[in-house]
Amino acid sequence: MAEPARRTRSTARRARTPATELDRVIHERARLGIVSALAANPSLSFQELRDALGLTDGNLAVHARKLEEAGYVACKKGYAGRVPRTEYRLTAAGRAALAAYLAHMESIIRAARAGGAA
Amino acid sequence: MTSLRRLRALPPARLALDGRAAADLRFIRETMERSAAFTAVPGKGGVAMGAVGCAGAALASVQTTAPAWLVVWVATAAVASVVGTVALWRKARAAGLPMSCGVGARFVGGLCPPLVAGAAITLALFRADATATLPAVWLALYGTGLLAAGLFSARVVRVLGASFLTLGLAAAGAPTAWGDALMAAGFGGLHLCFGAAIWRRHGG
Repeated sequence: MAEPARRTRSTARRARTPATELDRVIHERARLGIVSALAANPSLSFQELRDALGLTDGNLAVHARKLEEAGYVACKKGYAGRVPRTEYRLTAAGRAALAAYLAHMESIIRAARAGGAA
Repeated sequence: MTSLRRLRALPPARLALDGRAAADLRFIRETMERSAAFTAVPGKGGVAMGAVGCAGAALASVQTTAPAWLVVWVATAAVASVVGTVALWRKARAAGLPMSCGVGARFVGGLCPPLVAGAAITLALFRADATATLPAVWLALYGTGLLAAGLFSARVVRVLGASFLTLGLAAAGAPTAWGDALMAAGFGGLHLCFGAAIWRRHGG
């Protein structure tokens, strides 16, 4: 169990660009959408995420997997009656990453405003 | 939800700044609001409204005068409205969505105008002794309201609205004796079916 956790943390670390501290995992638009949608809900099914974001099944699966590998999203597979249902929720690490990303974007805007005012 | 509150607190002028950062913030806010609408639609509330609608149709069908028939349906609408509003409010609160702003306000803002128009038309038609036309008006206007509200919500709400509108159009061309049956099919049956579907797909 320790190995996947170590790999997850290292993947998230590698994704950060030291120069800008920008989190490349959620900087990509589709992944940013997934994280944002999950931040507004306790959990969302694969279909709900797909409909909300207008992604194809394949695209959503690929990006959700990347977020899972980074430890930002937790995935639970089950059944609703006889229909397979995949449920996603944001982890504490994912919520923290989104908060950090928001702070980063705000700081960029603040810097632009300061530059414009000067 | 803390992030959503932080975004809402940003003044509009700052969000209007050019560049990727501002666009990203806008995208995050819009995505959170849009996806939150999925879970604010009450499935259990829809089922309860359907049960109220069925009971109302059964009661209305045994009334012998137009005023008594109208009173039953107005009372049914009032009870169903309270049930639906409470369910919507509770689900929105559980999801951390305020009803006074954002998607909640847009949803209610889309639903209410046709219902207010329906109340005015009901009064006018009752005074003109044309209550037989009311089922078509009520079904069509409720469907219109759901279609408008559904623009800010899940697709299933728009499908429900289109179903009501279709039933309203059918009622306009059907014999007036079918009024209660069509009302039962709409306010009872459609609410029960779609409420159960929403409950299953998007939670209670």
